[in-house]
Amino acid sequence: MEYLIHILIISGIYIILTLSLNLIVGYTGLAALGHIAFAAVGAYTSSLLALNFGISPWIGLLIGAILASILGLIVGFPSLKLKGDYLALATFGLGIIVYSIAKNWVSLTRGPMGLPGIPQFSVFGYEISSVWSYLILVSAFVLITYLAIRNITNSPFGRILKGIREDEIAILAMGKDVNKHKLIVFVVGAFFAGIAGSLYAHYITFIDPSSFTVMESIAVLLMVVFGGMGSLKGSFIGASILVIFPELLRFLGMPSGVAAPLRQMIYGLLLIILMVWRPQGLMGRFKFK
Amino acid sequence: MTMLQVQNLAKEFDGIKAADDIIFEVEKNSICGLVGPNGSGKTTVFNLICGYLKPDQGKIFFDGRQITSLSPHKISRLGIGRTFQNIRLFPQISVLDNVMLGFKYDKGENFSSALFQTKRMKQEERQSLLKAEEILKFTGLIEKRNVLAEHLSHGQRKLLELARILALEPALFLLDELFAGLFPETKRTMLNLIRNLKERGKTILFIEHDMNSVMGVAEKVIVLNYGKKIAEGKPEEVRNNEEVLSAYLGKRRV
Repeated sequence: MEYLIHILIISGIYIILTLSLNLIVGYTGLAALGHIAFAAVGAYTSSLLALNFGISPWIGLLIGAILASILGLIVGFPSLKLKGDYLALATFGLGIIVYSIAKNWVSLTRGPMGLPGIPQFSVFGYEISSVWSYLILVSAFVLITYLAIRNITNSPFGRILKGIREDEIAILAMGKDVNKHKLIVFVVGAFFAGIAGSLYAHYITFIDPSSFTVMESIAVLLMVVFGGMGSLKGSFIGASILVIFPELLRFLGMPSGVAAPLRQMIYGLLLIILMVWRPQGLMGRFKFK
Repeated sequence: MTMLQVQNLAKEFDGIKAADDIIFEVEKNSICGLVGPNGSGKTTVFNLICGYLKPDQGKIFFDGRQITSLSPHKISRLGIGRTFQNIRLFPQISVLDNVMLGFKYDKGENFSSALFQTKRMKQEERQSLLKAEEILKFTGLIEKRNVLAEHLSHGQRKLLELARILALEPALFLLDELFAGLFPETKRTMLNLIRNLKERGKTILFIEHDMNSVMGVAEKVIVLNYGKKIAEGKPEEVRNNEEVLSAYLGKRRV
């Protein structure tokens, strides 16, 4: 049972990542490949604050999310100049930079040794250590993320984001400030990714750079595309399926040395099948251009 | 009174002069045609006016205010609306949303109004919904309101582009080959819409390829060839201009 709840918690964390990336990729049409970098900033910030200064994870989570959104703002700037594949490459580069910093700045992050013993969230002095209570905590954050992104996209503001995705030149002719909107989208997306990272760190209580590789960014992107770009329901479904599905492989009794690469292969295969049969994803309405 | 004033505009692409010392003015509340053969620089002039291209030389004034090199969205905010030669709609969103994107919101478009779903936003949204439906009725697209823009026919797309720019309510309309490839009937609808705009006090500058369709509506015609202005005046004067004839039909061999 605990194992099942654990998977739900991990799904919840990935749903937050997927929803926030969907805002950037699915709604605004910006090809961003470095989403996990924002989660890494959130995770390391709140872990280090808690370990070194004894700052409560609640405050750490907020500071981590804010630092992640500052990074989002910095990444946002190239997005004003770069389009399509070029932006994808730039954000891919960001993912590698953040990973390298986490791995090589040993005096701060302990590098590949990782940070063990990260304290857990606590409410009125009680640690949230049981999986049940953590599930409630993660669900609350999933709900907040969902409501925020639903509100943002269900509004004249969200309509402009879709306009940017559809035709940047035409939306300029409508008098909309494309640059401002792109920056806001990156900041908001990074903010929620930072929260997801921090939730992960205080749940597992151990982080190391291997949790934040570029492959993870691609997995999150796959969840967005799989569920459907520009569909919030799709993000829930995409993230859940792609978290739960590889877990099923364990029950086939495969040795972990086979299961891990198999997971990557299945992801790749799913993506190919999806692009051929349903380019808009399971729940999506919008296709890649 | 002058609405648009273009002074000595020049733009070069890799040694080719797409606009070469172009000077013209457009009077307020008039319909003015910009004509010329393929590659004569008409669309370049539009892109320069709207800020999509930066001129190498020259100045542009709109309603007495210099707008040279402002960014496109600011120029649009000041009151210049344009359509595009090869139709630029928002294909994967509905016809209604396409029109709604044209409206200038007061506060409802802000990020915070979206996040907190403010009353102000909802109120503005309701108002623009009513206005959008009115515009769709006016352009005859009301039955297509929930259809994705990519599923419209060529003529309907052109109408939607016009509908969208009507929502923008600019003072000056720049229409780039609005009549190209249209059925005679749609073309007539379009011409009536343009005349209607003039009656409502708007100024229109439109690009056209085909001289005959210009003659009916335009009060003034500006003719470009190889980036240079070769003639300007009333349609009937321009039609008989020697240089214009040779640009369109080739040099007369006597």
